[in-house]
Amino acid sequence: MPEFQEKAPLLHREVIAADIFRLTLHAPEIAGAAHPGQFVMLQINDGMDPLLRRPFSIHQVSAGGNIQILFKVVGRGTAQLAGVLPGHHIDCIGPLGRGFALEKKDRLCLVGGGMGIAPLYFLARRLLQTGKMSEKDFVLLGARNREELSIFGDEFSELGYTVQTATDDGSMGHHGFVTELLDPILPVMKRVYTCGPFPMMKICADKAFTVDVACQVSLETHMACGLGACLGCAVTGAAGGYLHVCRQGPVFDANEVAWTR
Amino acid sequence: MDTINDQDIDLRVRLGTLSLRNPVMTASGTFGYAGEFSHLVNLHRLGAVVVKGISLEPRPGNPPPRVVETACGMLNAIGLENVGLQGFLEGKMEFLRGINSRVIVNILGDSVLEYGKLAQQLTGVDGIDALEVNISCPNVKKGGVAFGTDPSMAAEVTRAVKERTDLPVIVKLSPNVTDISVMARAVEGAGADAISLINTLIGMAIDTTSRRPRLANVIGGLSGPAIKPVALRMVWQTARAVSIPVIGIGGIATAEDALEFLIAGASAIQVGTANFYQPRSAESIIDGLTAYLKNQGESSIRSIIGTLQTDGS
Repeated sequence: MPEFQEKAPLLHREVIAADIFRLTLHAPEIAGAAHPGQFVMLQINDGMDPLLRRPFSIHQVSAGGNIQILFKVVGRGTAQLAGVLPGHHIDCIGPLGRGFALEKKDRLCLVGGGMGIAPLYFLARRLLQTGKMSEKDFVLLGARNREELSIFGDEFSELGYTVQTATDDGSMGHHGFVTELLDPILPVMKRVYTCGPFPMMKICADKAFTVDVACQVSLETHMACGLGACLGCAVTGAAGGYLHVCRQGPVFDANEVAWTR
Repeated sequence: MDTINDQDIDLRVRLGTLSLRNPVMTASGTFGYAGEFSHLVNLHRLGAVVVKGISLEPRPGNPPPRVVETACGMLNAIGLENVGLQGFLEGKMEFLRGINSRVIVNILGDSVLEYGKLAQQLTGVDGIDALEVNISCPNVKKGGVAFGTDPSMAAEVTRAVKERTDLPVIVKLSPNVTDISVMARAVEGAGADAISLINTLIGMAIDTTSRRPRLANVIGGLSGPAIKPVALRMVWQTARAVSIPVIGIGGIATAEDALEFLIAGASAIQVGTANFYQPRSAESIIDGLTAYLKNQGESSIRSIIGTLQTDGS
């Protein structure tokens, strides 16, 4: 699969919540080749701090060759990226990794927690090409509070999915874990796609396994290159040995991953 | 001053019997088996590719987390994960034969015997131009002391490899020693055709919230621009201590960095960690060396090597 390096102008910078940002970058080569679940490596600045690129899943690809990334400020790299203003260029490498398997099966469920929502929107859009979504196709979204969630609920609803939400503080939807929303609907689901914190995905994987529903998970790790060279992004595989998130993932069948850690 | 055209610029260097079209290589462990970069880098322009270190048997590597970023650098404890000799020969060599750059195979082992076997089995394989011996590994038979920190063990490994191959042998030195010139002279005396240095500096980082090490292995190898001054000093000391060619490694990201190492006495350089964050670093260094020579009114990179001007030395 082709990979590109582009100096992408930043077109839009949206402040979703106090520490959550959505950037729109003009990267036509990456946008043209991207598949849901794949990621880009962004160089935060031209200096040496931070030294390494940062991986971001592709949140959205739009006509005209734009990509979007969605992120929360969690460290030095994301803090600096949040301060980049439209007009500046960001050096992007992508699309990288193995994305979600797109197979329209009636009754699929997307489960996103926190910034794990990011790749699911691209996935939800692309799944529309495989067949029309109905109210029997679900998107379950979890976050800390309403502020972090409300915009995404609307965006997924517009695509035709049934959207349910859960928040840590109860300010929107179910007061509790998003995985609790899975229980009533999971038995009739054909496939689950999930991205979010590791414990959340583990619960999804366990629940899906119990009722024998296919489950794909998108993992996140630290990585130096994203290209399969540094071998820094190892996670333990279910069959023993290590999986490399950058090339073998970031999307895995839930059964490929060792969920104990 | 006469104008020098690009085609008159001569970047060729020679490391013993190994000739390179330019002095820019990619360092072992930072460039995979080259195919990882095929979409982003012109693999046919490089002086050489040094592949990820190969052991006799495949190695799974260390538990995660394996990498952590530090100020202007990174720590890694990958644990020498690799596909093993058979996996390399069957799965990687065909691609490497197709690139129009020299291919240098980095080898590593737990024992002198293992290094010797690797050298023997890689010799005569079409498409391999040289071996680079990673001696920064623990000697299992000698209580885990790294080969690269004991001059007699380093010499023994070098001899074992030299006895079993007619390929040029580069020995890659560890910087984690008191006097690098002692190690350099030991491997030179044992027959090394060239020396490359530095491998990573041992370091660590701690998460103060959890009070746990940031690497599962607790300690790891520091690389990147942070180590460049240390590397440059050691390359300079080594070039003065031996008469075989020296290959400079350590934090090289730009042509300016590369030139510092060449002036200090390196005949060639390797780009390491920079491949991770700027895959085209090696190519831009090649372009930068050409531009520098034109600027200096020189036609050959060889006239730059070892030209450090110091007072009274």
